[in-house]
Amino acid sequence: MSRTTEHHRQVAPQPAALDTTVVTSWKAPIAFAIFALAATALAVFVPRDGDTTFRWSSPTDAIQLPEISVPALPALWTVIVLLVAITAYSAWLVSRKRRVPMWLIVVFAILFMFGFLTWAAAGASLPMIGLLFGSLSLAVPLIFGSLAGVLGERVGVINIAIEGQLLAGAFTAAVVASVTRQPWFGLLAAMVAGMLVAFVLGAFAIKYFVDQVIVGVVLNVLVTGLTSFFFSQVLAPNAATLNTPPRFDRWPIPVLGDIPIIGPVFFRQTVVVYLMYLAVAVVYIGLFHTKWGLRLRAVGEHPQAADTVGIKVNRTRFWNVALAGAIAGLGGTFFTIGSGIAFNKEMTAGAGFIALAAVIFGQWDPIKATLAALLFGFASNLQNTLSVIGSPVPSEFMLMLPYVVTIFAVAGLVGKVRGPAAAGKPYIKS
Amino acid sequence: MSDPQPPRPGAQGSDPDVAIEQPGAVSSAATGTRPRSVGADASTGGTPPAGRGDVEPPSRWHTTLQRITTGNAAISVLSVLLALLVGAVMIAFTNERVQETSAYFFARPGDTLAAIWDAVSGAYSALFQGSVYNFRRDTFVAGIRPLTETLTFATPLIAGGLGVGLAFRVGMFNIGGRGQMLIAASVAGWVGFGFDLPWGLHMLVALIGGLIGGALWGGIAGFLKARTGAHEVIVTIMLNYVAFYLVSWMLRTPGLLQAPGSSNPKTPAMQDTATFPDLRPQFNLHFGFLLVIVATVVVWWILTRSSLGFRFRAVGENPNAARVAGIDVRAMYVYAMLISGALLGLAGVSQVLGTVTTGFTAGIDAGIGFDAITVALLGRSTPWGIFAAGILFGAFKAGGFSMQAAEGVPVEIILVVQSLIVLFIAAPPLVRTIFRLPEPKPGGPREGRRRPRPVVTKEVEAK
Repeated sequence: MSRTTEHHRQVAPQPAALDTTVVTSWKAPIAFAIFALAATALAVFVPRDGDTTFRWSSPTDAIQLPEISVPALPALWTVIVLLVAITAYSAWLVSRKRRVPMWLIVVFAILFMFGFLTWAAAGASLPMIGLLFGSLSLAVPLIFGSLAGVLGERVGVINIAIEGQLLAGAFTAAVVASVTRQPWFGLLAAMVAGMLVAFVLGAFAIKYFVDQVIVGVVLNVLVTGLTSFFFSQVLAPNAATLNTPPRFDRWPIPVLGDIPIIGPVFFRQTVVVYLMYLAVAVVYIGLFHTKWGLRLRAVGEHPQAADTVGIKVNRTRFWNVALAGAIAGLGGTFFTIGSGIAFNKEMTAGAGFIALAAVIFGQWDPIKATLAALLFGFASNLQNTLSVIGSPVPSEFMLMLPYVVTIFAVAGLVGKVRGPAAAGKPYIKS
Repeated sequence: MSDPQPPRPGAQGSDPDVAIEQPGAVSSAATGTRPRSVGADASTGGTPPAGRGDVEPPSRWHTTLQRITTGNAAISVLSVLLALLVGAVMIAFTNERVQETSAYFFARPGDTLAAIWDAVSGAYSALFQGSVYNFRRDTFVAGIRPLTETLTFATPLIAGGLGVGLAFRVGMFNIGGRGQMLIAASVAGWVGFGFDLPWGLHMLVALIGGLIGGALWGGIAGFLKARTGAHEVIVTIMLNYVAFYLVSWMLRTPGLLQAPGSSNPKTPAMQDTATFPDLRPQFNLHFGFLLVIVATVVVWWILTRSSLGFRFRAVGENPNAARVAGIDVRAMYVYAMLISGALLGLAGVSQVLGTVTTGFTAGIDAGIGFDAITVALLGRSTPWGIFAAGILFGAFKAGGFSMQAAEGVPVEIILVVQSLIVLFIAAPPLVRTIFRLPEPKPGGPREGRRRPRPVVTKEVEAK
């Protein structure tokens, strides 16, 4: 009896102590200040006159939205004032030992983007639908790749081979679809190809306990080598029969496709994009609301405990890594049959690594990783759009932007992130 | 060596030298042969001295045979053989002559077999003659020229491999080789063509400038990891792209790196006072190779002989334990990335001042930043292992190009062979199963004990 009271006495003060401990960080205000300064620098050193027009609908749409036109320089200055205000508010919050809320970061980002767009497109009109549509398209392989990465790491296997899986998917999709003249077979074949790469990853990482990072890096090289070899040796001489993939047609969804802004961007896409929505939803719900996801996460966080309650750790890992491979392979189809382009050497061009960055940026969460991938897609498409309408920024700097933003975001806003505890560690049953 | 089992990202040492360093990998202690290096027993845990005399030691022949078949050298050689075999299958399958003759395989199988032999032997002899010794040349100097080409290709690979390997030992994964090489190459190139300095000094300034450039670019990732906890994998990947676009922009902007009067994104040629001298006038092999040897010695010294290296390895083994022991883990991350970036910078500098002195483009890195990862993995992150691995991969590169020219086999097959070698060497049980080799004796140090360690997932909890 006395032991219990003693126990109570020891434990009781703890929750109160925990409540008062608030970790504050100056990262967000500092990052805000840097971006506010950058915007000011633009307005002061490279002022641009003229009006910026945002076009929100294309002429063929059923519902026409008015074009919004703003004078570039005053708009930019307004944005700067707001940015500075947000920076000051966040600094005040931190000085009062309070957290900077997420919505503030989002508002800041949107404001900054608006200011930047009005400045960059001054004197021209910006096709917002095209910009967003293209962003989503470019993000498709990144989203599939990051979903595969999330699944792999959540089950405890680091998947650096996403790049290889995308490339394998792109290659097989192109060949199979060209031979059968049927993109659906290409889609299936791409999933099988991604899965085969995952089998190798699983076999080496799970059965032979080889370091997962090593296997991943090496698999990328292996797939690059294999696809490039067969491209030069087999596909290039027989391009007409082996490398002219048919493409998926766009399928506008009847009612949803007519909604202004959202319709043309999200619901007039190809089947690959619709599969992507499905994959995001299934992975999210599966991970957090089903028995499968619970087991998967248990294996990735604490394999010993999972084993104790009867989950077959290595089997769970192997098949989920295979599933992740199939998803990544599906993402690879975007490059060939998704866009109707013939396969070419190393055509994924580092998308797998960007997807990996999205996984970490998205804190191993399928929804956040998807958002991170969308950000990358947006940034790279922004460069395309701005180079078409002519912008004062050298295109290289526009291309650089997403990567710089990611570095800032990872260093300033996301900070120290903690992945699944057992990711990267082979499980040896004792 | 009193080496407390450094974090080599691999299962076992790859070459005999490493095996001696790592008695845990060879079953010497268990079978009763004398360990060949001082203090070896300490790291295997030490067999209790009692009971050793009870069992008669197995014959010398037996132990030698066992060591050859279960040791690392055998695994390495067999891995290379296996990878070459897979390469041979790919060459044979895609060869046109083989495809033609296989149509009537059952009528005249000899034709197919002869075609396969021609294709594979032709390709591999071209590979050998392009990388080691060309028998068709008259003089020895001309014949040995391919070997010097191999060493030229190996130069940046070794330097880059050392950089990646050093970061591995501190538990970090530096994928940013491309960016570090590009920045280093730009700085060294800019000094190399834009300044007028006397011979020797010019080269030195360019070299040091390049090293500093690479070090700073790598140091960003280390600094951000130390200060904010940003994951170095993500930061180095992003910095690759930033560097690529930055250098591309400078290359097409007059007054920065672009050659005057040209519209190509390319720099002017390096001045003669800045370029690395060739070691022999007939060869392309340049002074950079000597620098790389020096770099290997320096990295070896840092890792095994210096207190900094001890702290590096302690952080790589277990950052939390290192922190408790009073090591400044954050500073180690910064130093490691600085040195790693400088080594990759050396790779970039040797490209612009040694290999391609006629001006460079944004493709100057030639994928070496990524190849360096494979080199470091094959070399088990040990300096001399990386040196050997770099020369092997340099040979593949040099030979691959002559194979493509002579036999029409795409050079990419080298990538396949290289990656398979690393995969097989990393999984000794697989190779043993394929060749039906005996397992290492149970009771001795077992496979599972020296299983690979995670490289990128280590974070210091609770800063």
